Amino acid sequence: MEIAFFIITALLTIGAAVAMVLSHNAVHSALWLVLNFFGVAVLYLLLNAPFLAMVQITVYAGAIMVLFLFVIMLLGSEQGQEEVNGLPWQTPVALVMGLLLVVMAGYALFFPGTPVPTTQTPNEIGAPDILARKLFSTYLLPFEITSVLLLVALIGAVVLTMKSREGDRV
Amino acid sequence: MLSNYAFIGIFAIAAITFPLLPLILSRFIRPRRPTPIKLSTYECGLEAMGDIWVQFKVQYYLYALAFVVFDIETIYLYPWAVAYGQLGLFALIEMAIFLLILVAGLVYAWRKGALEWI
Amino acid sequence: MNIWVRLITLLFVSLILFLATTTAFAYLTLFERRILARLQNRVGPNRAGPGGFFQPLADALKLFFKEEITPAQADKAVYTIAPALAMIPAIVLFAVIPFGAYLDLSFLLGEAARYVPIQLADVNVGVLFLLAVTSIGVYGVTLGGWSSNNKYSMLGGIRAAAQMVSYELALGLSILVAIMLTTTPTTQEAANASLCSLMFGQQPVAEISALSTCRIVESQGGWWNIFKPTGLLAFGIFWLASTAEVVRAPFDLVEAEQELVGGFNTEYSSMKFALFFMAEYIKLIAISAIGVVLFLGGWRGPGVDLLYSLGYPNVAGLVSLGYFLLKLIAFLFFSIWVRATLPRFKYNQLMDLGWKRLLPISLGLVAVTAVFAVVTQDMNPYIAGLFGGFRR
Repeated sequence: MEIAFFIITALLTIGAAVAMVLSHNAVHSALWLVLNFFGVAVLYLLLNAPFLAMVQITVYAGAIMVLFLFVIMLLGSEQGQEEVNGLPWQTPVALVMGLLLVVMAGYALFFPGTPVPTTQTPNEIGAPDILARKLFSTYLLPFEITSVLLLVALIGAVVLTMKSREGDRV
Repeated sequence: MLSNYAFIGIFAIAAITFPLLPLILSRFIRPRRPTPIKLSTYECGLEAMGDIWVQFKVQYYLYALAFVVFDIETIYLYPWAVAYGQLGLFALIEMAIFLLILVAGLVYAWRKGALEWI
Repeated sequence: MNIWVRLITLLFVSLILFLATTTAFAYLTLFERRILARLQNRVGPNRAGPGGFFQPLADALKLFFKEEITPAQADKAVYTIAPALAMIPAIVLFAVIPFGAYLDLSFLLGEAARYVPIQLADVNVGVLFLLAVTSIGVYGVTLGGWSSNNKYSMLGGIRAAAQMVSYELALGLSILVAIMLTTTPTTQEAANASLCSLMFGQQPVAEISALSTCRIVESQGGWWNIFKPTGLLAFGIFWLASTAEVVRAPFDLVEAEQELVGGFNTEYSSMKFALFFMAEYIKLIAISAIGVVLFLGGWRGPGVDLLYSLGYPNVAGLVSLGYFLLKLIAFLFFSIWVRATLPRFKYNQLMDLGWKRLLPISLGLVAVTAVFAVVTQDMNPYIAGLFGGFRR
């Protein structure tokens, strides 16, 4: 039952990802990506990590994709223009990277090496209470660094937008 | 616990089908007499001018970006708020540092006039 | 609890919930129009049926028979799904809202149905679920505005998105205060004996969290959150932010008719327009229900606990449901009253209020709540209960 549900969800998620890549309209791509996020969130739920699932939806689908949509819609760049490729070196690099990923995934699949100790208690990160305790003991430093990272993002946004403040429209 | 999610899932599927019903039903009932003028874009009766996909105010992006930053911050506060009772003073101070760093960002944006809507 | 009993109740509850939301939506519109009329010294719709009782039905029928116009320039696919995208999150919000305590249906369905919760599901990340679903509510409006290919719609949609997103922060932080004021059991025995465990089955104590909506209501047995000093402030912020989130007056700049015609739904007609309209009101009901759960004690009220202890669980359950609905109606009435009273904000005022007032204030409030909770931690339980859900 759970396996069947997993397979359906996984297929839907992959399907959404493929549709996202193949869409010509950038807004449609964004919508497919949102669907993909939902699929991933359901997969998190199946892994008994409800907190992560909710964060996945709130942050990715609810915040980051909204930002993407803003950029796409406000720049009017959704009609995938058939222009000359501005980044000619991009295609070969992308091909090499993609190939590398496939090779690595294949390697991991066929030569499992030392198996990662599969945690018998998937609940370890599941419940918010347990997560909080981990966050404020084992993962304290990464947690504090996150705030610096967020600060940098905010300052970057301010600096970039303030520069182009001249010539306001609408 | 997982069964609770199953219930939410079933309810969500019902919620997805719910708006489709009137959409499909009304298709059979409502009249359909389109004319080119009727289907044209509504601009208070004037001839539509130009493209709608113009560049917008940069402020919108800034708000969206700042929102992403503070949204992530809020999310981090949630596990803390659930357990701050047992975590004690140490976690409280940690959280204060985390918040102060981000408040510094907010103050910076404010002082720079980035939150100003012109 | 037996899974079949849960499934049967699930079907019933879902059905009732759908019927109730659509009826509630329909009569909320009538309620609003009548009250607005009263407040403005008018009569309001009173011709269709006694006291205008059939007015919502007439409105629905009219919209069903209206021609639908899809602008030739529109992005057809997105234009069609946008109203549904607005509607779905609004309904899904109801999945984790506790409408009442529990009923005893053991005389119908056997021993397994001794504690049937008047709530669809309860998860230990319930509040985060609500936030997640609220956060995707932006899509319907934004995409509706974008896909119409109309300047008014586009501007309305973008405005709506920026507004919803800005107030989501204050909304999330005010909800956080309610969670900080929530007490959850510390020992396994206490957890097993708690009401939520009776209704939804026992859990390891480590997995119980204050994010569960059931636990939030349960912990408001003494003081409701609105009666706590920090809770009252948080409720104020929650109310402002939620009103902005559902883009209602005085935050309804999205459909500022003088400048944007109808805003994002300018090009929508017939059933698609009706869906947008419906989504707006259902979202209002849902977010008001969330406010009732988080701050107004949910289904709690004088006499409910007494009736349970006297051995009338079904009467008590219905009374608890009644209390919930009463609070919900009061909340909605207040929202309508404000709409009739306050003029619309300007966009810069709106953004200033969100970013320069509510966000810093709510951040400060979170800090103050934490400090209060720590300071009063060891005081007399009555005072400690007033300042924090700290005692575990």
